Amino acid sequence: MSAANPVLEKIASVFTDLRQPGKGTSVLVGVLLVTTLAMSAANLLLPVDSPLYVSTYTITLMGKYLCFAMLAMAVDIIWGYCGILSLGHGAFFALGGYGMGMCLMRQIGDRGVYGNPELPDFMVFLNWQELPWYWFGMDQFWFAVLMALAVPGLLAFVFGWLAFRSRVTGVYLSIMTQALTYALMLAFFRNEMGFGGNNGLTDFKDILGFDLQADATRVALLLITTLLLVLVFLSSRAIVQSRLGRVIVAVRDAEARARFLGYRTERYKVWLFVYSALIAAVAGMLYVPQVGIINPGEFSPLNSIEVVVWVAVGGRGTLYGAIVGALLVNYAKTRFTAIMPDGWLFALGALFVIVTVYLPRGLAGLLQRFSSDTPAQSARQDAAVDSDTDGRVSGREVNA
Amino acid sequence: MNSLNQFAGQARELMRRDTAWPFLIPRRRDPDVSKNVILYLEGLNVSFDGFQALNDLNLYVNDGELRCLIGANGAGKTTLMDVITGKTRCDSGSAWFGQNIDLLAHDEAEIAQLGIGRKFQKPTVFEAHTVFHNLELSLQGSKGVWSALTAKLSGRERDRIDEVLNIIGLENARYQLAGALSHGQKQWLEIGMLLAAEPRLLLVDEPVAGMTAEETERTAELLTSLAGKHTVIVVEHDMEFVRSIARTVTVLHQGSVLAEGTMDQVQNNRDVIEVYLGEEA
Repeated sequence: MSAANPVLEKIASVFTDLRQPGKGTSVLVGVLLVTTLAMSAANLLLPVDSPLYVSTYTITLMGKYLCFAMLAMAVDIIWGYCGILSLGHGAFFALGGYGMGMCLMRQIGDRGVYGNPELPDFMVFLNWQELPWYWFGMDQFWFAVLMALAVPGLLAFVFGWLAFRSRVTGVYLSIMTQALTYALMLAFFRNEMGFGGNNGLTDFKDILGFDLQADATRVALLLITTLLLVLVFLSSRAIVQSRLGRVIVAVRDAEARARFLGYRTERYKVWLFVYSALIAAVAGMLYVPQVGIINPGEFSPLNSIEVVVWVAVGGRGTLYGAIVGALLVNYAKTRFTAIMPDGWLFALGALFVIVTVYLPRGLAGLLQRFSSDTPAQSARQDAAVDSDTDGRVSGREVNA
Repeated sequence: MNSLNQFAGQARELMRRDTAWPFLIPRRRDPDVSKNVILYLEGLNVSFDGFQALNDLNLYVNDGELRCLIGANGAGKTTLMDVITGKTRCDSGSAWFGQNIDLLAHDEAEIAQLGIGRKFQKPTVFEAHTVFHNLELSLQGSKGVWSALTAKLSGRERDRIDEVLNIIGLENARYQLAGALSHGQKQWLEIGMLLAAEPRLLLVDEPVAGMTAEETERTAELLTSLAGKHTVIVVEHDMEFVRSIARTVTVLHQGSVLAEGTMDQVQNNRDVIEVYLGEEA
């Protein structure tokens, strides 16, 4: 018992360090970078029969998880920090994905089944004679990226502007976001929309001239995903730790108070919503080249709800919680669906119930409870607070 | 046709040569109090589903005054505050802040930036933030999204926060989370948040509800010390408290002003005794 205590304390201190805004996040960033770099090296440099060899499948899987982590962070920013429960963030993710998918589709060129240099296969199949206007320019990578950001961003702006200006909040807003993604799903299922109907966009060959099936491309995509995840994480952290972040939390906790202090709370919500949608779109753009397909299923409300579960498990209101939650739940999903494919939805539901009842603040909340129990730690925190003269306060207030 | 007329009317309004365009008027303006009156409320009517919450209410408040509003439940005290702060639209009447600012033309955020601070009935502070940050968020200044992102505390602002902490007596709780404060401390913090914004007019709704006798006394001191520099309107049920701070008392009844005067005058007013104090006697 007495021997276990110092060990426990040591673990607790590591966790507390993790929670300090500056330090903890750099630990997370470091772990992410080192892991992905090591995986990449193991994939490219080691022979296939080496015990440490990491398969390309695992590389792609990791890349997919990291895209989900970015999506989870987008939801966390809007839900955890601003209290807006969006059940439709999958829509922005999928729109970003479609933008990238269109670009990859155009880059197939005449290597498709029908060999039409101009039209993607599904359009030839549907007997379309020419490219619809909204496909123009999508063969340019920069233009496709621009569109993949602009369309979800604009949609989020219009939706947010209408909803927040009319002061729609709470469950009504959640239902509206759900309806938004559902409507988009139905629209994208239609062949007439020109996005490949229920098959979506697939059969991609290469990205910017690099073969998508090659190991090196896969590894590069993983590394780019990690890098962007880290960048998004750092910029989000900067936002939530600025005064803007404090206003956002204030809006979450007492919107009327913030409004009577002179803040136009709806503007804060709209811009945060747009920021969050853009992150989701970036995640979608990175997701498509790695999994090789985008179809209307990504718009399904169920997907968006799953994202909320990831965030809830990881701990909303902490950026690292969202990342950890997304990685853990998706890993569990991969394992679980291999063993018992039909059981996963039940497991997901059970997970959500358990987290809601026993861990209202998720795994991050567990860490916090664990680490604030040790008196030495809290004293150290207080000392940090005392020495902090520029008004910024320790991690207890704003988690990142 | 109707909307066309409306449009023409708006266009004509825009072309008037004797007034500045609304969007050219600066956001934060000082009220013109050359007549020594800071708040003019005339003929206010508000009804909710047929219930007349305010009924042709007229009220004038002098600059630098400490005014108490009393009245039974449903007399319209909170509705009055809602109208002044832009939360509730009134059916008819006018509300002017000084002689130059039409309150009815502004929304909540603008009215707050014009210098009208409001304390809610239930103490409302940002519980997830420290006392310091609560005050930081309340400071006067640009409240836009971009300026919030790039905001840095200046020395002057830091001094202002210290000053307010000193006034509300929470210096030692500076880095405590506001959610961990006691009920009375939250009330003070909320008043402090109003002060940090350097308002001209403070609307204080039931500041001593749920306070101990000692806390009530300190709140009374605080409010009386604010009068003069700020104009303070206090809504309160606690008669002892009103007596201890009030110079002028306005009694509301069924949405209009029943009586106005010093506490003694009001208490001896026949109408007031009949409808309000009479119930207790």
